[in-house]
Amino acid sequence: MSLRRFTQHALSEWMRGEGPQSDIVISSRVRVARNLSGLPFPMLATSSQSAEVVRKVEEALRQEPVHPILRKAELLRMDDLSDLEKRVLVEKHLISPHLAEESRCGAVVLSANEAVSIMINEEDHIRIQCLFPGFQPFEAWRLANELDDWFENTLSYAFNEKSGFLTSCPTNVGTGIRASVMVHLPALAMTQQRNRLFPAITQVGLAVRGIYGEGSEALGNLYQVSNQVTLGQAEEEIIDKLQSVVRQMIEHEKNARRRLMETTRIPLEDRVHRSLGILGHARVISSKEAMERLSDVRLGVDLGILSAVSANVMNELMVKTQPGFLQQHAQMRLDSDERDIRRATMIREHIHKQD
Amino acid sequence: MQCQECGKRPATLHYTKIINGEKTEFHLCDSCARDKGEQMPGFDGGFSIHHLLSGLLNMEPSVAEGKPRGQTEAPSVLRCPTCGLTYNQFSKIGRFGCSNCYQAFGERLEPLFRRVHGNTSHRGKVPQRTGGKLKLRREIEQLRGELSKRIQNEEFEEAARLRDHIRSLQEKLQG
Ligand SMILES: [Zn+2]
Ligand SMILES: [Zn+2]
Repeated sequence: MSLRRFTQHALSEWMRGEGPQSDIVISSRVRVARNLSGLPFPMLATSSQSAEVVRKVEEALRQEPVHPILRKAELLRMDDLSDLEKRVLVEKHLISPHLAEESRCGAVVLSANEAVSIMINEEDHIRIQCLFPGFQPFEAWRLANELDDWFENTLSYAFNEKSGFLTSCPTNVGTGIRASVMVHLPALAMTQQRNRLFPAITQVGLAVRGIYGEGSEALGNLYQVSNQVTLGQAEEEIIDKLQSVVRQMIEHEKNARRRLMETTRIPLEDRVHRSLGILGHARVISSKEAMERLSDVRLGVDLGILSAVSANVMNELMVKTQPGFLQQHAQMRLDSDERDIRRATMIREHIHKQD
Repeated sequence: MQCQECGKRPATLHYTKIINGEKTEFHLCDSCARDKGEQMPGFDGGFSIHHLLSGLLNMEPSVAEGKPRGQTEAPSVLRCPTCGLTYNQFSKIGRFGCSNCYQAFGERLEPLFRRVHGNTSHRGKVPQRTGGKLKLRREIEQLRGELSKRIQNEEFEEAARLRDHIRSLQEKLQG
């Protein structure tokens, strides 16, 4: 079954490649929300209307010439997937929890390299998402824009001159674009500078959110910076602003790292090595602790303190140690205590594979 | 946006929590987020950090059973004729029912858009095939700007060419 391809391998192809500024920026994503004209939005659509949306997208996918990135794309229906399979797709950021749990006639089109996922009947009829490694928001936008144009050859979008692309939620209207960059900011966290930087970012119309796991806090010093405004600015302006703000965050993080290396090198090395030690030897580990330790190790790799561990280890383990993946790997249901044990084992195997 | 917990510091963390299908939005400053983190239990429903409704509309689960019906309400209720959603319901759930809601709720939406986006009209992409005459009008606007620049620079030959081009586009717009 072809779904295996998407759920059995933890790393999407795009994750393996090293993107620009990948020591600080994990990934760049652009999502474009579109609705078909003449059909109610998914919230009020009947099952047959939702099924019609899927049919229309399938039809559009058959148009020639197909966009090269969609050449081996597959359409997966939520109803055909098990809960675990859906969960794994959520953990890989290929679909949203909303599509997995609440959508009617929900489906997703995945490109073979998983850089593109197109959600159908999520909050809007169509959400085109492009995910790139490292710091490449413009590249992600360019691809999303191309795909949007390609679909528009055969699909009629809900659009009006005043409000632009009409979306189910008023926070997406206009361009329908949400661009976000995932950044790893351990040094800003250690030096407490985060608290001064983040409020400034929200003042220019961007949002910073933590990446949340099972708990409720930002985990592993990972943050997502994204645009809030979608109406009244052109797409390029939106991406441009995001890009320049993130560029400043990268600068601040780099300076903080440099300062830490100059002033507290030994304690920093100690912290990094201790975290590696725990990851390499623990028998039980919570997802919260795992993320914190992985953040330290990732920082150690980026600063050249550790050389035997690959920089991708964090990207990979961040995904692989989540509940869905752990259960998929174990081929059985696991409660949270069992997951903590499996998680520790999975991490140990990875760390020792490296040396 | 201010932190919903202390109301003093600007909110820097925004997220949506889903428990048993019920969504709750949080807008917290860093320090309140840290405090809250210790009180909240683990979640199995998973987070949707992508959805953010800026706390301008009250979130309440409603319109659960498909299309709302109108017989019981006063006729003065503002309602989308296409999907049946009332403005009142919209302001509770923060979601439109269909694309005609935008027109049906009309100017009532402007203050909302202004607060969320600081803006009320679209300046971005226009769909190629279904964008109507907007593309043409934008092009004319842009050429007009260029025309006045040429005139200022006394580049009359180029200005004349632009003027003719604008005229032909205007004819197309009317035709
Ligand atoms: Zn607060
Ligand atoms: Zn409507």
